[in-house]
Amino acid sequence: MPNEFVKKVAEEKYKFGFTTDIQTEIIDKGLNEDVVRLISQKKGEPDWLLEFRLKAFRYWKDQKAPSWGHLRLPEIDYQDISYYADPTRKQQQSENKEIDPELMKTFDKLGIPLEERMALSGMAVDAVMDSVSVKTTFKEKLAEKNIIFCSISEAVKNHPDLVRKHLGSVVPYRDNYFAALNSAVFSDGSFVYIPENTRCPMELSTYFRINARNTGQFERTLIVCESGSYVSYLEGCTAPMRDENQLHAAIVEIVVMDNAEVKYSTVQNWYPGDSEGKGGVLNLVTKRGLLKGHHSKLSWTQVETGSAITWKYPSCVLQGDDSQAEFYSVAVTNNYQQADTGTKMIHLGKRTKSTIISKGISAGKSENSYRGLVKVGKQADGSRNYSSCDSLLLGSECGAHTFPYMDVQNNNATVEHEATTSKISEDQLLYCNQRGISTEEAVGLIVNGYAKDVLNKLPMEFAVEAQKLLSVSLEGTVG
Amino acid sequence: MSEQQYIEFYSECRDMIMSKSTAVMNNERDKAFELFKQYGFPSQKVERYKYTDVDKAFAPNYGILFTPLGIAPSSYIFSLKDAPKDMTAYYNRLADTSDGITLLNTMLAHECLLIYVPKNTKVEKPINVDNWIRGAVPSMMNRRLLVVLESGADATVIVGDHATDQQAFLTTQVVEVFCHDNSRLDLYEIEETTPGMNRFSNVYIHTENDCNVRHSCITLHNGTTRNLCDVSMEGQYTEVTLNGCAIASATQHIDNNTLIRHIAPNCTSNELYKYVVDEQAVGAFAGKILVEKDAQKTSSQETNNNLCASPEARMYSQPMLEIYADDVKCAHGSTVGVMDETALFYMRQRGIPEEQARMLLKNAFMGQVIDQISYEPLRSKLYVKVEKRFLGELEKCKTCNLCK
Repeated sequence: MPNEFVKKVAEEKYKFGFTTDIQTEIIDKGLNEDVVRLISQKKGEPDWLLEFRLKAFRYWKDQKAPSWGHLRLPEIDYQDISYYADPTRKQQQSENKEIDPELMKTFDKLGIPLEERMALSGMAVDAVMDSVSVKTTFKEKLAEKNIIFCSISEAVKNHPDLVRKHLGSVVPYRDNYFAALNSAVFSDGSFVYIPENTRCPMELSTYFRINARNTGQFERTLIVCESGSYVSYLEGCTAPMRDENQLHAAIVEIVVMDNAEVKYSTVQNWYPGDSEGKGGVLNLVTKRGLLKGHHSKLSWTQVETGSAITWKYPSCVLQGDDSQAEFYSVAVTNNYQQADTGTKMIHLGKRTKSTIISKGISAGKSENSYRGLVKVGKQADGSRNYSSCDSLLLGSECGAHTFPYMDVQNNNATVEHEATTSKISEDQLLYCNQRGISTEEAVGLIVNGYAKDVLNKLPMEFAVEAQKLLSVSLEGTVG
Repeated sequence: MSEQQYIEFYSECRDMIMSKSTAVMNNERDKAFELFKQYGFPSQKVERYKYTDVDKAFAPNYGILFTPLGIAPSSYIFSLKDAPKDMTAYYNRLADTSDGITLLNTMLAHECLLIYVPKNTKVEKPINVDNWIRGAVPSMMNRRLLVVLESGADATVIVGDHATDQQAFLTTQVVEVFCHDNSRLDLYEIEETTPGMNRFSNVYIHTENDCNVRHSCITLHNGTTRNLCDVSMEGQYTEVTLNGCAIASATQHIDNNTLIRHIAPNCTSNELYKYVVDEQAVGAFAGKILVEKDAQKTSSQETNNNLCASPEARMYSQPMLEIYADDVKCAHGSTVGVMDETALFYMRQRGIPEEQARMLLKNAFMGQVIDQISYEPLRSKLYVKVEKRFLGELEKCKTCNLCK
């Protein structure tokens, strides 16, 4: 049956859509103060953290969900979600230090090197499934340099002072609705601490996986980079194919001190829903970096291909004088996906510089918006911003939008913005066709070329994956 | 909540206003009143009113003026009462019925100026509409303008906005423009008012096939200004140009908000807005180009360039694209910047004092907008006015002869 075949191919497109059959401890659905206490208790947290969670929860309760995005966000029933799912629970009880082979298999299937035998890949990984960090590799090697790389739960136990000092300092729980929700119920995530004058010898990476049904993913990542240090951090994520929407509301906080540099790269590949727009992950994330020290540097690179709805603005607060921030983004939407993403660059320090390069690609019946704010404060003399946002339309039923906001309070700053929207040029396609390249391949080539500015900024391992992802996401958009 | 006083005023004076007006206008009044009660004034949380505090401008207790129109004999300009044909199909048909200010204007405006150009007629001389407001007490005026160009008509309309007396004034203005097939319109709005002035102007333009429409919005001297311009391009092969020039100093506030809707295919739109904000002034520009699904082969270019001339000046810029068609070419660009130091240095090397060099640069910066004015006498006049404005010679009461 040809139909069967087509169906099979369509389903294959999202190859991470499998589920792992593993005994997972899931707490009851619903959200109230007791649930917040229960999560805190399960993680064995100190009182100050419970207090932090409760404050956030009480604030969240009185807030209304925002609706200003250029999105059709489905009504989310926060009482119908389970806020804690632990796939490692069983083995902890049996006092077995080995990781459940099922879990191991899952990450193997995803191509994530959890075993030291994968040491050749030269990357330290923290793997998080549902609410719990499964394993962090290369911890010992990193410890030699006094670098801390572990799950945030471990960090709370072993380095409470560091966590307490920085948690919520960049994204306070009052920041927005989803930040408040995350602050109340956050589960696991990664904690990175790079001491002074240290160059992290390997790429640090966290891999997030949603597995359990009807659960939300609320991870929290905190990166602190002390003076004169450098770290490159990668984040990847996938989820199984399910008919209902799954909520993902994370927070990433980054603190960058004097002369330090942080590179944060994301390849976001949550399940985008099927071709009818059913299911998929709602990706509502708050990411922000504080460039606290002078001459500090932070760059965000993101490749967004997954999620039914992406609503996030990785931002930079350029507080230190002469600090530099960069934002490189490729956002691809296909079928019924929706994305409203961009960045915020808040210039507070003198002679601060920021660059924004955003490439949107929309296909099918999707909506892709860039929204960005560039704000130059009164004290930010000599600041400079350059933004360029291009959109590519593949298909006549999709939308591509640009909403830049500029707010300049300084007469000694230069802010530039340019944007273009167009489709793939017929001439380019004809040129490829003439040379025996099929239209589908030609589109892939052109799109990859179009996104090259951003893909070049990704670390090697990710760049290859991202390139493949781009062509998979756009399969079937032509002809 | 400043709506209440207007609701009360209308409830009391409804009959008086109606008696001064005409049926076409009266028919719309009660509907607008009901909607106004429902919506009220837009708050700053409303995206399109983000940069101007409407409530603050409408809060004082103004005396509402019902001054009659003074119309020089002409074959194209009328009061709506004496319209050459029934205008029911035009009046209040374009105006946005969810905008509190437009609703208030529909409720309170007692007269409407009509510019009607019949089929295949070219109006040789530009039509001048001059609005004057003066008074010893804070006063409010609600103006209404309706422009109808039949197919093949051609006209240039210059609307001047003036005020005298150092008094708080408030004007609301709603302009509805209908351009039928193959018509051409050049519409200028030039504001030279006083710091006490609060101006809220909403312009709605509808175009059909093969039209050419230019709208230029020039703010030379003002208090608080909020201009809105909505264009719906419903016919093919039409070209629309929106230009703006805004010069603000002291505590002046200029907010221009435009929306160009490409509904039909094969149209072109161009937009160029330039600002110079000095001292503690605030400038805001938000322009959206919306390309609907069927508007293939659209070509659109939006540019916003701004100069912040003092450390306290503040500029907001928000150029937006919202596109639902794939075969289009749309671009926008926006800059906020400082004067080119190398250009200043070049001029000073050649013996031009710094002050004058800055003047020259500002003039040249605005020149790009003024250059595009096709009506020559107005263009030359504006070159002089812009220069005077930068020299500070355009302050009201220094140049105005009205009370002398």
